[in-house]
Amino acid sequence: MASNNAVAATAEFELDEDELEAALSEVPAGQEGVLPALHEAQEMYGYLPEAALEKIAEVCDTPLSEVVGVATFYDHFSLQPQGDHTIRVCTGTACHVNGADDTLEELQSELDITPGEVTDDGAFTLTTVRCVGACGLAPVVMVDDDVEGSTTPEDVPAMIEKYREGGD
Amino acid sequence: MSKVEDSPDEDGGMRLITCAGTGCVSSGSLDVHEALAERIAELEDEDVEVALQGSESEADADVPTVGGAHAHISGCHGFCEEGPLLRIEPEGILYTGVTTDDVDDIVERTVKGGEIIEDLCYHTSDDGVYTREEDIPFYSGQKRIVLSNSGHVDPECIEDYENEGGYDGLERAVAEMAPDEVWQEVKDAGLRGRGGAGFPTGLKWEFAAGQDADQKYVVANCDEGDPGAFMDRSLVEGDPHRLVEGMAIAGYATGASKGIVFIRAEYPLAVERIKGAIEDAQEAGYLGEDLFGTGFDFDLEVKKGAGAFVSGEETALIKSIEGKRGMPDPRPPYPVESGLWGQPTTINNVETLGNVPEIIRHGADWFADIGAEDSPGTKTFAVTGDVENTGLIEVPLGITLREAIYDVAGGVVGDEFKAVQIGGPSGGCLAEQHLDMPMTFDSLQEAGAMIGSGGLVVMDESTCMVEVARYFLSFTQEESCGKCPPCRVGTKRMLEILEKFTAGEATEEDLERLEELSEYVADSSLCGLGKTAPTPVDTTLRYFRDEYEAHLEGECPAGECDFDDSADESSEQDETSEPMEGVQ
Repeated sequence: MASNNAVAATAEFELDEDELEAALSEVPAGQEGVLPALHEAQEMYGYLPEAALEKIAEVCDTPLSEVVGVATFYDHFSLQPQGDHTIRVCTGTACHVNGADDTLEELQSELDITPGEVTDDGAFTLTTVRCVGACGLAPVVMVDDDVEGSTTPEDVPAMIEKYREGGD
Repeated sequence: MSKVEDSPDEDGGMRLITCAGTGCVSSGSLDVHEALAERIAELEDEDVEVALQGSESEADADVPTVGGAHAHISGCHGFCEEGPLLRIEPEGILYTGVTTDDVDDIVERTVKGGEIIEDLCYHTSDDGVYTREEDIPFYSGQKRIVLSNSGHVDPECIEDYENEGGYDGLERAVAEMAPDEVWQEVKDAGLRGRGGAGFPTGLKWEFAAGQDADQKYVVANCDEGDPGAFMDRSLVEGDPHRLVEGMAIAGYATGASKGIVFIRAEYPLAVERIKGAIEDAQEAGYLGEDLFGTGFDFDLEVKKGAGAFVSGEETALIKSIEGKRGMPDPRPPYPVESGLWGQPTTINNVETLGNVPEIIRHGADWFADIGAEDSPGTKTFAVTGDVENTGLIEVPLGITLREAIYDVAGGVVGDEFKAVQIGGPSGGCLAEQHLDMPMTFDSLQEAGAMIGSGGLVVMDESTCMVEVARYFLSFTQEESCGKCPPCRVGTKRMLEILEKFTAGEATEEDLERLEELSEYVADSSLCGLGKTAPTPVDTTLRYFRDEYEAHLEGECPAGECDFDDSADESSEQDETSEPMEGVQ
């Protein structure tokens, strides 16, 4: 089930224009700046709120339709609010042959969401990723920027607990 | 690969080098490094003369040491499954699976006592023990050129790289050679692109150099997308200055003053390391204006990708850098004629560029003598699947698959060898009869496969080859950008047929259609993604046709396909399918 918090967050989001503008001060001028700007904004908000996309369109002097087109093309960007932590299950070859599906299934059942969704309490987003290049440790799960290696379904509850307690 | 003799610690001090590649870090190596550094600092207090040269304290690098010990970090050794790894120089001892609990023991027995702790050394499954890294069969069968520094130098320390001859190649190129001598040298060396197709690098540079333009660019393609391949990540994390140097040489040879490292956002550590290396190189005068007082300007910047496999295709990569949707364009014009913002742009793979400094330092003849005649040099392979040792290896081109799988990776575990998938989703599945074929760009192409980025997935008898084809096609289908119909619709239809096979519902007619589509998609797709997407299907049909035929009879010889369960999945997929004639 998708989170209601997530929907509420979209409605509640108010853009601090100065803050975003300051963060975008280093991005290259013109359309070249769109990808770096999207990275900046997503890092700040965890996703790309509509108001931020409008601001990026203005700063990069690029039509909003183009900015949205770019944002939706790349898997890395999300137009929906994300959980405090993003759990990415690697489904690359090494992980696939070493049982990534089992780990993913367990995560889905523990968090009660499917890939692409956010938990009700807004703590976690679950998603899959094609390969994080840590194949020697397959199957691998990436939580935010941390790599958890050699995961088994049995590890899942402890993994979730670790990040839930650790806050953000 | 031994670097023990010319260790940068001229005082002969002991170096305790903890691997800080992504794999070992996730196994807790940074805690080990910190604990070691702390204990060594304590030894200093106890008046045992030591100095600490950790990642955070490059400023201390000049602290004189007398027979002291250093705690260091390094990049990836490629042996991630045995991590965290601790290498001890100058002896070249390798400790595996080191935890913070082992630190006291290491300091007492090894640092102070000079004793090798056998329990921490690498043990083979039949109880063989190896104390030195170089003696472990996983390493002794390798020939490391681009990975020669990985696992040895501190990737965050430019002096470490310089001590290994780093930037000598750049200096030689810029200060002593004309640009055409540089590309000629690379051409004579016979270096071919390590990203997949094996195009001669020197020839590409020659084309770029011949273009008349105000601004030219060099781009390092580090958008390493193949699942199961991680050589670029490993190289950038472990030896980032090698890439910086290779790019600067490429810039000089082609007449480009700007370079861009296009790197996956999913590799945060590699992004950090390459950014740090660029800053250090700028400060040291290897990047910037008027390099070596010759008037040659060259600078680098980093651009992060955003998770689109197709961006690894060079025309799509250009779009990504320009801030657009990463969709490919028809070629010609090739990027060397009209690339970034319409300017001549040389795009090279990271491993290709990693070879360049060595070629300039040691000469074309030296390089041409390594490997096979039509494919000189070495190639890195990411070995995974049913083998004793998974990891990253670098071997001379021209060795056989058998040598790579049995001698270096330690052989097949589980059942008997059945197949090896080479080159990721664009590559093919080869069978037993190919084990003794030398691996070169051309021999693999003849067998219907390709070296690709160098993924090597070894599979035993329990693997269903139809399922393998389905897995790879599900990947390329999902990553198809949708621009051209053969790829967008063709891969979808192929995947549906493969799902019918793994569900036990396929018919004779499906098999014929699959073959037909396979040919059609390969022939008519716009870019490399679509052109090579059918390769896993094509090669499994070629070498494992009996398995497809068995599935027609409702039987999976490997026993992997669960005919009842997977039927549900395939019907779910239909929701997103696109009708052939469908234009909305």
